[in-house]
Amino acid sequence: MIRSEILREIAPILHDQLVVCNIGLPSQELHMIDDNAKNFYMLGTMGLSSSIGFGLALAQDKIVISIDGDGSVLTNLGTLPTIANNVADNYILMIIDNGSYGSTGDQPTYAGKKTKLENVAAACGCESVVTVQDVDAGKALQAAIDSKKMTIIVVKCESGNIKLPVITMDPVVIRDRFMKAVAS
Amino acid sequence: MSIDKKIVDDLVANDVSFITTVPCKQLAGVIDEVDARPEIFHIPSNKEDEGMGLCAGAWMGGKRPAIIMQNTAIGVTINTLATLTQYYRMPLPMLISYRGELREPVACQVEMAVHTKALLNQMNIPTYHFHKESDADELDAILKYTFMCNKPVAILTDASFWGGYGDQ
Repeated sequence: MIRSEILREIAPILHDQLVVCNIGLPSQELHMIDDNAKNFYMLGTMGLSSSIGFGLALAQDKIVISIDGDGSVLTNLGTLPTIANNVADNYILMIIDNGSYGSTGDQPTYAGKKTKLENVAAACGCESVVTVQDVDAGKALQAAIDSKKMTIIVVKCESGNIKLPVITMDPVVIRDRFMKAVAS
Repeated sequence: MSIDKKIVDDLVANDVSFITTVPCKQLAGVIDEVDARPEIFHIPSNKEDEGMGLCAGAWMGGKRPAIIMQNTAIGVTINTLATLTQYYRMPLPMLISYRGELREPVACQVEMAVHTKALLNQMNIPTYHFHKESDADELDAILKYTFMCNKPVAILTDASFWGGYGDQ
């Protein structure tokens, strides 16, 4: 499976949760599959999906899922020790690990070579780290929600992209409706 | 009252309850005070752009955030300030140690000091410079202004403000 197929499969689970979605194609795909107020789309700022989602989880009680990529986590690797050392049990970081920088033309990442992000997360002190294959992403996500424990899920999948348009929503509109969904 | 306590009192009085910090010798007393206050959730960051991401999330979750960092961080965070904090129109008070000004002992700090105000100006970031201790009297108003206009706002605090570097 490629990332867009995984997102399509887990969309019914994501639908009821607050989701912070990574820059580029992941946000465009989620926007196309199930646009709703509980999705925060990143239009820029590669690497900060985990940090934004984690700050949100620390600030309120609802479950927050950050959808991130292996390349973006590598960009902001300092996020993993911060997450590990400030446990928020309403936080789930789902890293869709296709071993490539999908939005920029599928250049290989180091996560697709020797670096294992699940091992990095564990070494940083994250206590619940789950590694699954693409077909089991939904099952792992639901289990993480049910566990009420902060969980890092690394989903291994194929690289590859579908063609779709950029998000043209105004960022302040995305943010404002998201904040209303958070507060509701 | 110590200046560290006065600064944190103003933050608390303005309902700032989520503060991320990157360490700094000049700001060490403020960071200790932030850490000691039960009204504030203190989360150290590994890098300032990461910290701004945490602050963005915390604000969307209903908490007023702030970041405490050195001016070298302006060089690190230009993209985050433009594409996250400003683009989504979010408030962020930035209490900044202005290294590389008068009484600075480390020459390399001057290299970012000479760019600091120019970069902030280029980014259209409202900037306040605390040089004398009485300048901090404006902090309360600066915080109110920040959360009124939903912008990142820089508060530069130089070595003279902090009383020099002790042994310098």
